[in-house]
Amino acid sequence: MKDMDLADIAGEAVEHVLTYTGGHTRRVYVTPIETPYPHGKLIVSRTDTQGIITQCNPSFVEMSGYCEAELIGQPHCLLRHPDMPAAAFRDLWKTVQAGQQWHGYVKNLRKDGGHYWVYATVVPNVRDGKIVGFTSVRREPSREKVALAEAQYQEMRGS
Amino acid sequence: MTINFTVSPSFPNERISDWYIFNTWLQRALSLPIHLELYNSFGAQRAAIAEGKVDLIYANPFDASLLVREKGFRAIARPEGPPDEMVVITGTDSPAREIRDLQPGTRLACSDDPCVNTVGRILLEPANLGGDNIVEHRRETYIQVARELLRGEADIGFLPVEAFEGFSPLIRRDLRALVTSELHVIRHVFLVGPALAERSEELTALLLSMHESDKGRGILEALGARRWLPVQHEDVEFMIDIISTLNQ
Ligand SMILES: Cc1cc2nc3c(=O)[nH]c(=O)nc-3n(C[C@H](O)[C@H](O)[C@H](O)COP(=O)(O)O)c2cc1C
Repeated sequence: MKDMDLADIAGEAVEHVLTYTGGHTRRVYVTPIETPYPHGKLIVSRTDTQGIITQCNPSFVEMSGYCEAELIGQPHCLLRHPDMPAAAFRDLWKTVQAGQQWHGYVKNLRKDGGHYWVYATVVPNVRDGKIVGFTSVRREPSREKVALAEAQYQEMRGS
Repeated sequence: MTINFTVSPSFPNERISDWYIFNTWLQRALSLPIHLELYNSFGAQRAAIAEGKVDLIYANPFDASLLVREKGFRAIARPEGPPDEMVVITGTDSPAREIRDLQPGTRLACSDDPCVNTVGRILLEPANLGGDNIVEHRRETYIQVARELLRGEADIGFLPVEAFEGFSPLIRRDLRALVTSELHVIRHVFLVGPALAERSEELTALLLSMHESDKGRGILEALGARRWLPVQHEDVEFMIDIISTLNQ
């Protein structure tokens, strides 16, 4: 994954270097700007068994700030926000690889350095008894639940 | 052997006779005795499905999930047209402008339509409203849901978009949408059960070409559709994966 480009950033940004599970790193720029969740919609994406994005719906594209061609074929951690604790995603992967559904509140990073909050459910796509990929369906969370998640994630990151 | 056919109870009452006409057409085309049973509630239809009394069904997306994943049914066609969406309505003079304005204790009028109710519940989540802080009034029909609001006996109601749009201007005048779903992914589908599996190709071909004859086109029009479109099995599986996330 390429580093974020300062030219894409909207607003005052803080620089972070994210280290992913595989050990690779990415320079990201983060602004405090939140994009509100589009009422009434679902944000849907699908990955292969490795977490590479294979399909996404128009709301997903719009909220991410990327265009579709920049998303398909990329690892889903393209959207990882530095405020999200790694443990949340470890739990996600452990759960869905065991064939179960995972739910959680997620803060996602946009291409422009802003973010959006979702309530996400990730399910394994089981075909003929085998997991062939994963689907994530996000919906609009309440402000109260987001505030609770924010406090919990801050504590998990130990800051 | 008689084949049992049923239709998800979400269609308007005026179309009952049109579904009988569709059934007669289907029987003749397949040279097969088919019994159409129209259940007057989603609960009654679910019970019939559980007892194995359904072989062919025009199913709502939630029942389709159960039938495909657990009962060996296969989706063969869907009507052309927009997907299923629902609307959360309120009275025109309600102080709520958006979902987040709704307060604990909100009185909800709804039918027993499982799709509409599930999606409706999701659309209330941003206001932190759920099972324990809303007062639910179950009504038999969509029009009764609207009447509860008009009489001030409920604060909000859940309806399929077509039902809301189908109301007379007199009723709609005093109602307003708080939010309309734009899920784009869930739809009614025509399903064939194991008893007819051997004839499912023939049945698919029949439905997909139905609009090509005057007679077939007339029946489709009466049912509010232009034509049947093919469905890919994987598209249905994907829809079911998505629906499975909505039930939580
Ligand atoms: C279907 C699916 C959807 C995912 N959606 C997101 C997402 O929206 N945002 C995100 O940060 N991670 C998402 N993940 C998790 C990422 O794959 C990844 O685990 C995470 O971003 C943390 O990166 P890392 O595991 O490389 O450390 C998703 C995973 C799957 C399987």
